[in-house]
Amino acid sequence: MSHPERARPSGGESVDTIAEPPALAEKRAESLAEFAARHGLTQSAARPPLRAYVRQLWQRRVFIWNFASAKSMSMYTSSRLGQVWQVLTPLLNAGVYFLVFGVLLGTNKGVTNYTAFLITGVFVFTFTQRSLTAGAKSIGNHLSLIRALHFPRASLPFAYVIVELQQLLISMVVLAVLVLVTGEPLSPRWLLVVPALALQLVFNIGISLVVARMGAFVRDIQQLLPFVTRAWLYFSGIFFMIATLPEREGLRDYPWIGDLLQANPASVYIELVRTALIDSYRDDLAAYSWGYAHLWWYALAWALVAFVGGFWYFYRAEDRYGRG
Amino acid sequence: MSDAPEVVIDPTREPIVVVDDLHIIYRVYGSAGGGKGTAASALLRILRRQNRPQMKEVHAIKGISFVAYRGDAIGVIGTNGSGKSTLLKAIAGLLPPHSGGVYTQGQPSLLGVNAALMRDLSGDRNIVLGCLAMGLTPEETRAKYDEIVKFADLKPGFIHYPMSTYSSGMGARLRFAIAAARTHDILLIDEALATGDAKFKRRSKAKIDELRKDAGAVFLVAHNLDVIEETCNRVIWMDDGRLRMDGDPREVIAAYTEATGK
Repeated sequence: MSHPERARPSGGESVDTIAEPPALAEKRAESLAEFAARHGLTQSAARPPLRAYVRQLWQRRVFIWNFASAKSMSMYTSSRLGQVWQVLTPLLNAGVYFLVFGVLLGTNKGVTNYTAFLITGVFVFTFTQRSLTAGAKSIGNHLSLIRALHFPRASLPFAYVIVELQQLLISMVVLAVLVLVTGEPLSPRWLLVVPALALQLVFNIGISLVVARMGAFVRDIQQLLPFVTRAWLYFSGIFFMIATLPEREGLRDYPWIGDLLQANPASVYIELVRTALIDSYRDDLAAYSWGYAHLWWYALAWALVAFVGGFWYFYRAEDRYGRG
Repeated sequence: MSDAPEVVIDPTREPIVVVDDLHIIYRVYGSAGGGKGTAASALLRILRRQNRPQMKEVHAIKGISFVAYRGDAIGVIGTNGSGKSTLLKAIAGLLPPHSGGVYTQGQPSLLGVNAALMRDLSGDRNIVLGCLAMGLTPEETRAKYDEIVKFADLKPGFIHYPMSTYSSGMGARLRFAIAAARTHDILLIDEALATGDAKFKRRSKAKIDELRKDAGAVFLVAHNLDVIEETCNRVIWMDDGRLRMDGDPREVIAAYTEATGK
């Protein structure tokens, strides 16, 4: 529970009481720590038990939602176009990648509807990427709030992922329109997007909690994260079909590379959304006899592992946030 | 250490904060001191496993013990750098003790000058979020909202402006109003009222009395000795990280005034 430096036998006033008259010393047979314990006093700001912590966090759900909404609202207030950027940012991103990878490099090997394929990948990945970046800053940027009021600190990473979720929902509307425009039919399979994104949300909360703790104590994480997310971006099959990799020259002898890339969480969530939204993509995958039903299990496993592990990791340092 | 007053426990009263031979040593990072700030020198330092040269250890609290009881309003006085704010941070649990311990009943809340809530959000948003963060339900928040706005007594319209546009006095008033909306077991006030005007000081004194009646203990750090004498029933005088005197406000303040030659 407590810190190693606290775990010293509490001698109370021993230093001061050496030269005391016997009468006073007798009154102090009990040390101050024992006196405190007898009256039910506890170490200041100790970490609450896990169950109490989860209950407190659940109690703050209205705070988390309100905090996220307030952040979303104030995010673009200083720019002239304001909330329009919520739609423009993902669109411009997709435009740049389409120009480079679709037009200039022509990576669209094996994909019938490359535009929908690429934009879906970019939008879904952005959700994870931004959750990670925001999570790393969630504690450091709110030290004054943490030092002023007592609340479960995990509320902050949670709130930041909710901000990104609100952004994602806007992106998803844009995405739905784009997918329809590129000629894909509207089908009941689209409903599968909901559980896929829900699992991704749980996964994102988990990894945000991990980087939130790291970012709170080692600010260098914020400098490092852009490189991590960029590397992750290129390995997640956003610009190319992972299914085509084992066919490629030089990679034919290493079929496990394709399996490994496919199991990576970002790619799992992207593929699930793609197979739900893009009709022609399911046929593209079938052409490489590449299945996707098992990805649901990967998605579930990643979400559970990240969330439980991340929550536990964050909770273990609860009493130290705010010291900076 | 011989001039440190003895801790005498009053068995008839209920303790709410026990500080037991507390030592606080914290690290400060600053550009002061030697050492070149280049990338090469930083790398060499890491290779040699040295600490950052700018890092210094400060022994801010050097063995403090006292017991505060339910219903106490304790003023903490001392010259700049005597460790008053550090003591409050330690009681709030924001600084880990190097040795010794702080034991409290319930959760202490620290109200400091720098405790800006969310600067980019408007005052009314801050009220709602602050109340929710403290664990009030949405209904309680709505019920308290008007009271907070009235107590903070901002200029008309300012409640809808971002807090970054507030003057330091306005910000302090709003923060105090939000924190005072809930009963606290232990309330630690660090110079938060110093920026308020005379009218606000009067009202905040009434509020502190009310908070004292409701529950636990109030700690007040202030340089204004009149405020301390009016508000507190007990005063702690700190000198260079040690407890110099602890007792009746008038006696302690008289001794302090004499010693500092005011």
